[in-house]
Amino acid sequence: MAKSFKEALESGKFVVTAEVGPPKGTDIEEMLHHIDLLKDKVDGLNVTDNQSSVMRLSSISVSHIIKEKGGEPILQMTCRDRNRLALESDLISANILGVDNVLCLTGDYITVGDHVEAMPVFDLDSVLLLKTVRLLESGKDSGGNELKGAARFCAGAIVTPEANPIEPQLLKFEKKIKAGAEFFQTQAIYDLDNFKKFMKYARQFNVKILAGIVLLVSSGMAKYMNANVPGIFVPKDLIDEMAGAEKGKALEKGIEIAGRMIKTLKDENICDGVHIMAIGKEGKVPDILAAAGLA
Amino acid sequence: MIVADRKPLEQISSMIEGNNKILIVGCGECVSVCMVGGEKEVEILASQLRMAAGKEGKKIEIGEATLERQCDKEYLELLKDRIENYDVVVSMACGAGVQFLAEMYDHKIVLPATNTRFIGVTEGEGVWTERCRACSDCVLAETGGICPVTICAKGLLNGPCGGTNDGKCEVSKEKDCAWTLIYNRLNKLGRLDSIREIFPAKKYNVQTRPGRRIHEAFKEKE
Ligand code: SF4
Ligand code: SF4
Repeated sequence: MAKSFKEALESGKFVVTAEVGPPKGTDIEEMLHHIDLLKDKVDGLNVTDNQSSVMRLSSISVSHIIKEKGGEPILQMTCRDRNRLALESDLISANILGVDNVLCLTGDYITVGDHVEAMPVFDLDSVLLLKTVRLLESGKDSGGNELKGAARFCAGAIVTPEANPIEPQLLKFEKKIKAGAEFFQTQAIYDLDNFKKFMKYARQFNVKILAGIVLLVSSGMAKYMNANVPGIFVPKDLIDEMAGAEKGKALEKGIEIAGRMIKTLKDENICDGVHIMAIGKEGKVPDILAAAGLA
Repeated sequence: MIVADRKPLEQISSMIEGNNKILIVGCGECVSVCMVGGEKEVEILASQLRMAAGKEGKKIEIGEATLERQCDKEYLELLKDRIENYDVVVSMACGAGVQFLAEMYDHKIVLPATNTRFIGVTEGEGVWTERCRACSDCVLAETGGICPVTICAKGLLNGPCGGTNDGKCEVSKEKDCAWTLIYNRLNKLGRLDSIREIFPAKKYNVQTRPGRRIHEAFKEKE
């Protein structure tokens, strides 16, 4: 990738990011394969941080690997496992490893994962983590001490356009902007009309919005997400479309739907880009891009 | 009030194992209100232990006492003579009471019969819920009288996390999302502005362990 993620964001082009999930353990063969497959096809690769509170390889180590391979890592950082001292230390450490994009998240609660007895930290929240990133850039840490060399980041956060109720969510969105977020990745969106309404509101702020695209692999998955995943709503016509797919062709259908949505978002200039989450199907991202006419 | 739970009988039995003279000491304050360590509960635990010992054919002597409270020396002192007749003391107070009793009678083995849970309120008959984590820097003025430190599972200070759903918390569909509650309350009061500004990170150095407070009038003496 010639351009940095920040340059891509600022260039005004339709930005595409994808995601790499670090494995649980030291066998990184499959992950390296996904990195090689994706790094030159997207503008940035998110690296999840002990996603869903499940212990895995650290997002910093994997972000570093992506950088070494010539890709653009976006380091996800949650507030669940580290206090402010550790977060600040990890942020400047990421910087010296060439990792300078960060996505600031609160993090899932400990008990949803596989270390249910561990201490939930949440010393900071996503807003305060963003503020901390900006503080480190000013050459200071949160203890008020001078750094020997300031940090430098392109910092983003997430927003859930389908949250219910939406008002507290938007209040937090605005706080994240105040705290210094430059870009946002959204939770998965499927209802484009609803998303357009959100974008109409979001356009008043000087931030880039990347719509979250989660690959549907079956109608059952869509129904499951509607019932169980906060802030995700798959409209009935999409569930029907998935259910109507020929036997054994549901994944293809999901890729087609994802591609179609991305194409609409781009052609109608609805948002600034997309963040593709093909959970467990990372290898299918190039197919989604092809379906969107972006390959 | 401080809310506690009774430890399971098996655990208390194994703690006192090998001792024949046991004094059970209740407390007339919080643990009495939350029906875990008052006079009545002392009686219940005493008969449970007697029955358990009887079943195993053991002979034990159990004394019962309930103090006004166990977090004040003047009440603890009332046990002075009586306590000498027993090998171990089982306190049914909160963790603070157990410790204060153990401190005053440090030549005796003092054991806890409760698990101290939280600072809370009586929400309904037999139902107590947590309201305060004693963070030493109260934010209730800004959050409409609802404590984010306690009511939000993550103790977030700047609004809801992405896990909030239909006003419920990501941790459990049974639990209200603190930030939906706070938003709605402030909205009703016309005070949403108080949460629009970024709330600074909590200062943990004001809650050094153990906490200590001296009343102005008594500072000289210290
Ligand atoms: S902010 Fe919450 S935890 Fe802190 S003192 Fe107030 S009620 Fe208690
Ligand atoms: S859902 Fe609400 S109460 Fe639960 S952790 Fe998130 S913000 Fe806190």
